Amino acid sequence: MFRDSSIIRWRAYKDRYMLEGYECSSCGKKYFESKGMCPCGSIEFNEIEFSGVGKIVSFTQIHSGPEAFSEQGKYCVAIIDLAEGARITAQIVDCKFEDLAIGTNVEAVFRKFYKSGEKGAIHYGTKFVPKF
Amino acid sequence: MAGIIGYGAYIPKYRVSAEEIAAVQEANANAIKRGLGLTEKSVPGKDEDTITIATHAARDALARAGINKKDIGAIYVGSESHPYAVKPSSAIVAEAIGIGNDYTAVDTEFACKAGSATIQINAGLVDSKMVKYGVSIGADTSQAEPGNALEYSAAAGGAAFIIGSNKESLAIIDKTVSFTSDTPDFWRRSMQAYPSHAGRFTGEPAYFKHVIGATKLLLEKTKTKIEDYTYVVFHMPNGKFPRAVAKIFKVTEEQLVPGLVVEKIGNTYSGSSLLGLAAVLDIAKPGDKILMTSYGSGSGSDSFALTVTEKITEAQGKARTTQDYIDRKEYLSYAKYLKHMETIH
Ligand SMILES: [Zn+2]
Repeated sequence: MFRDSSIIRWRAYKDRYMLEGYECSSCGKKYFESKGMCPCGSIEFNEIEFSGVGKIVSFTQIHSGPEAFSEQGKYCVAIIDLAEGARITAQIVDCKFEDLAIGTNVEAVFRKFYKSGEKGAIHYGTKFVPKF
Repeated sequence: MAGIIGYGAYIPKYRVSAEEIAAVQEANANAIKRGLGLTEKSVPGKDEDTITIATHAARDALARAGINKKDIGAIYVGSESHPYAVKPSSAIVAEAIGIGNDYTAVDTEFACKAGSATIQINAGLVDSKMVKYGVSIGADTSQAEPGNALEYSAAAGGAAFIIGSNKESLAIIDKTVSFTSDTPDFWRRSMQAYPSHAGRFTGEPAYFKHVIGATKLLLEKTKTKIEDYTYVVFHMPNGKFPRAVAKIFKVTEEQLVPGLVVEKIGNTYSGSSLLGLAAVLDIAKPGDKILMTSYGSGSGSDSFALTVTEKITEAQGKARTTQDYIDRKEYLSYAKYLKHMETIH
C-alpha cells in the first residue's frame, strides 16, 4: 500500500536507507523485514547490515505507477536475492527493461523515491542498479 | 597536519553532448567545444540529486578508509544545489551511511568551493582532537538556464573525503591556504531557479585572480616550486581556464591531464576540483606530491599541498575509480536531458 506520510517513512529509515535486516541468532537465517519467529523456532534476532549485492530472481516493468512516481515514467521492479540470503523487492534503475534477466547481478544505491508534491518532503531509499 | 584516510568519487551515468545542446541553441558545436575545452557533460538520473550523489561518494570513501563508522564525529556537505532550502543534506547523508547520532553536521555553500572548504574545517577538528574522523563532501547537480552559455558545462557529480590523523592518512595535508575577496562574478538569488553571471568578468578578476593568488600563496608558504608536485589540479569551470592557469605556472601536461576530468563530464561545481583530486589519488604512488586549488565564485580559492603515503596502494582497489564512472555512460537527447533536469515534466 502506498502511504504518503513523512512520519511513516521516517520510521522505516533504518531498513530503507541502509538495507539493514535481521539474522536469526539460532540458525543464522537472514531476513530483510523483522520476523516474530524464525521457522527454526527461535525468537532471537541480531541486527545486521547487508552488503547490498544480489541477483535478480524475477522482474517486471511498471508502465503506469502511483502518481508520486510519475516523474520517473515507466520503471523496473525486481525481486532480488541478496548475497547474504534475504529476499527484497526493489526498483532497478539506470537500465533498460531489455537489459535485465533472471540472474542479473545488481547492487544497492541510494536514490530519491518520490517527492510529496511541490512543498512536501523528499523521500529517499534503496534502489538497485545492474552491477557495472 | 591531518590527512585523507579515504576518498570516493561519483558521477551519474547520463551524458548530453555539446553537439546536442548546440543544435538547440543554433550554435556551432565545434567552436563551442574548442572554446570551452569540453565535449559532453554529466546529467543526473531522474532520481538523483546532491544528497544521493554525496551518499554514493561517501560510501566509496568509507570502503577505502576501512574504519568504524561510529568514530566519525563530523560531516559536511558543500553544494550550491542542496535539494532543500531548509533541511540539511548532511544529516540525510549521515543517516544513509549509518554513522549513528554522535556527530556534528552542517551544509556549506560557497559556489564551487563549498566542498574543499570543509576539508579545511575537518582538518582543524581532527588536529585539535575534537573529532577522530570527519567527512567532507562536495557534490552538485548544477542548473543552467536553457539557452545560456552555462548549459554546455553545468554538470552533476561529487567526491567525498574522510579526514583523519596524519598517521592513518593515505595522503597527508602538508599545508592549506585560502585567497578570498568579495567579487560579483556569479550568483543565484534566493528562490531563483538559475544562476546569473557577469559574462567575461568571470575570468580575469574572478577565477584567475583567486586561483593564481591561492596557488602562489601556497607555494610561498610551503617554500615549494610547481615542479615539486607530481600532479596539479585546478578547479575546472571548463577545459580552458585550468589550462590557462597551468600555462602561467608552467605546469606540464603530465602534471595536469590526470586530474583534468572536465573534458568528458563538464563542470561538477562543488565536485569539480575534488573529482580531479580523486582521479589523481586513483593513480598516485607513495611519495607523490599533489597540489590542488579550488575556486568558488563570490570569490575564493582553497589551495592544498598533499603528500601521498604508502597507505594509498591498498586503498585504491577498494572502490571504483573516477575513470570507472567517467567511462560508464548513456547519452540523452536534449528533450530527455530537460526531463532529467526537471525543466520539463
Ligand atoms: Zn532460525
